[in-house]
Amino acid sequence: MDIKRNYYEDIELFKSNTILVWSILFLVFLAILPWLVMKYHLLGLSVYTVNLITVHAIVAIGLNILVGFTGQISMGHAGFFAIGAFTTVIFILKIGLPFYLALPLGGFISSIFGFLLGLPALRLKGPYLAIATLGFGMAVTTTIKHLEFFGGRMGLQAPKLYLFGTPMKDIHFYYMIMIIAVIMVIGAVKLIKTRVGRAFIAIRDSDIAAEAMGVNLTYYKTLAFAVSAFYTGVAGGLYAFILGFINPESFHLIMSITFLAMVVVGGLGSVMGSICGAALMTYLDIKLQAIQDISLIGPALVTFSQKYMSVAGISNIAVIVYGLILILIVLFEPLGIFGFWIRCKRYWKTWPF
Amino acid sequence: MNAECGLNSEIRNPKSAFGEKMFGQLIVSGLAVGACYALIAISMVIIYKTSEVLNFAQGEMAMISTFVAFTLLETHQVSFPYTLAFTFLFAILLAIFFEIAFLRQAKDPTVLGLIIITLGFQMVLMGFVGWKWGPDQRALPFPVSNIEAYNFYGLIISKINFWTLIVSLVLMLILFLFFRYTKLGIAMRATQQNQLAARVMGIRTKWIFSFTWAISSMVGAVAGMLIAAMGVLDPPMMMDPLLKGFASGVLGGMTSLPGAALGGALLGVIENLFGGYISLSFKSVVAFAIIVLMLCIKPSGLLAKHYVKKV
Repeated sequence: MDIKRNYYEDIELFKSNTILVWSILFLVFLAILPWLVMKYHLLGLSVYTVNLITVHAIVAIGLNILVGFTGQISMGHAGFFAIGAFTTVIFILKIGLPFYLALPLGGFISSIFGFLLGLPALRLKGPYLAIATLGFGMAVTTTIKHLEFFGGRMGLQAPKLYLFGTPMKDIHFYYMIMIIAVIMVIGAVKLIKTRVGRAFIAIRDSDIAAEAMGVNLTYYKTLAFAVSAFYTGVAGGLYAFILGFINPESFHLIMSITFLAMVVVGGLGSVMGSICGAALMTYLDIKLQAIQDISLIGPALVTFSQKYMSVAGISNIAVIVYGLILILIVLFEPLGIFGFWIRCKRYWKTWPF
Repeated sequence: MNAECGLNSEIRNPKSAFGEKMFGQLIVSGLAVGACYALIAISMVIIYKTSEVLNFAQGEMAMISTFVAFTLLETHQVSFPYTLAFTFLFAILLAIFFEIAFLRQAKDPTVLGLIIITLGFQMVLMGFVGWKWGPDQRALPFPVSNIEAYNFYGLIISKINFWTLIVSLVLMLILFLFFRYTKLGIAMRATQQNQLAARVMGIRTKWIFSFTWAISSMVGAVAGMLIAAMGVLDPPMMMDPLLKGFASGVLGGMTSLPGAALGGALLGVIENLFGGYISLSFKSVVAFAIIVLMLCIKPSGLLAKHYVKKV
């Protein structure tokens, strides 16, 4: 039965025992995933790829809180990502803070910027907000690029991390990132179900109506920006250590669009959808970047490129596929993977009618 | 931006003998760059006014048209007027294809949905250009040199800057006359004001949408060629001008064509003065600062009428 009898049932994390069992199975799967990947090369993944997917999933959840739940468009999340990455590394390198303090601090600084960007965003709607956040993202990368403090154009080398005196490898990172990610996912699910999340959703559906109902727009809109920026900033800090090296050039506009793509493909207003979207898009990106190595299609494409296109730009096929996915999702399945999932579920529930 | 034309680098030091002329010099070169911004802003505003779509693919549409012009000029050795005609044709067909094949198919889309569609199209175009022409930087063989310069009573203005100003002013004048006096232009303005009423009056609004896209794409193609002629031609060349175009649009008002032109010119001059007197490396941040300031003070822009949403 789907009927909720009291408030605490509504905000419960696991709605039914089925979901609880599946969640535990999923956690077990995550725990043995590196072993599967290393031993059996599951889907041609590597631990590095899985780490990247996890970090992107955190960003996608953060962005979904803003775009999917609060209805505010952001095209500048690469800016928050960069702020998180650079401040985390700077805190460790220049101030000498330990990693477990620097990472949340990086997220916190990022969320301060989120709050600041949220202030002008209060007066902006739709397209104007997109322009303002786009400008923000570009301004952040330009500023970082021209400040010597942040390593300038060359970027920064992330310091080595040690676990009990031994340098951490990809596999150790995996478990660290995964624990952080699980905590953040639970945090997001809980946030959406409580008072704050309902305020966000009310603002998305109609901000004027929400204000009339007593939702403090100033507070909740800036809060949405701050929370979203916090998620993105923490993910940025983790990203710096996965890559081992960050330079401002990599946090460009395309990155912001990629994040937005993950959210849209996964499904607006769904935490699980964001995770799926991040996984799918990151996986596709990595596979398509090296499209010439895929059997059968690869050689054919190379010969085609030699004849009509340029071979140097063959990795651009990834960008084309990305763009097409974005367009097709909006045209045919506006709720993304999550919408597809709902449709399948409804079909089986009402089958054979 | 690439379009600093080598002039700024000589006159960066205000204490040089050149220094006293610097102010005028900065304004003139700022106006030339601003003219390009204005053209991009105009091409966005034309679409935004009619269909409320914020076209993020504008820069890339201009870029691919410029690449087509480049291929015709460089590889096929076509003469310049024919190249221009063919490029315009290409730009028009591209825009109409996009409007009919993608935008029109979206059933009651949200603002975000429309933005995502144009973003997707931008990525497709960018990927295609990167695949077809590769990531190299090229020089567009333009009939006007970007090294030689004119000298007006001591004010030095490079030929390309001068002609950019002339071309964009002429183009703006043509657009103004078109929207003021031709039947099609008036039909477009009617559609912008009230789509339903326009349809009742016998205007084929669907065709009008395609036409606005075509015109906007053509204006964008001119801007793309001018920007490529000032600097270099490579796939990411329109990234920065795109933001500047948005900034000019916001500055002048996203629903006002003269506003977009004024915004572009102002942005070019402000940015150049900032680059000349304060800091060259933070020049591109000016656009963002202007966007935020303008949206905080007067969100509708300098020249647009204020618009309040009714519940």
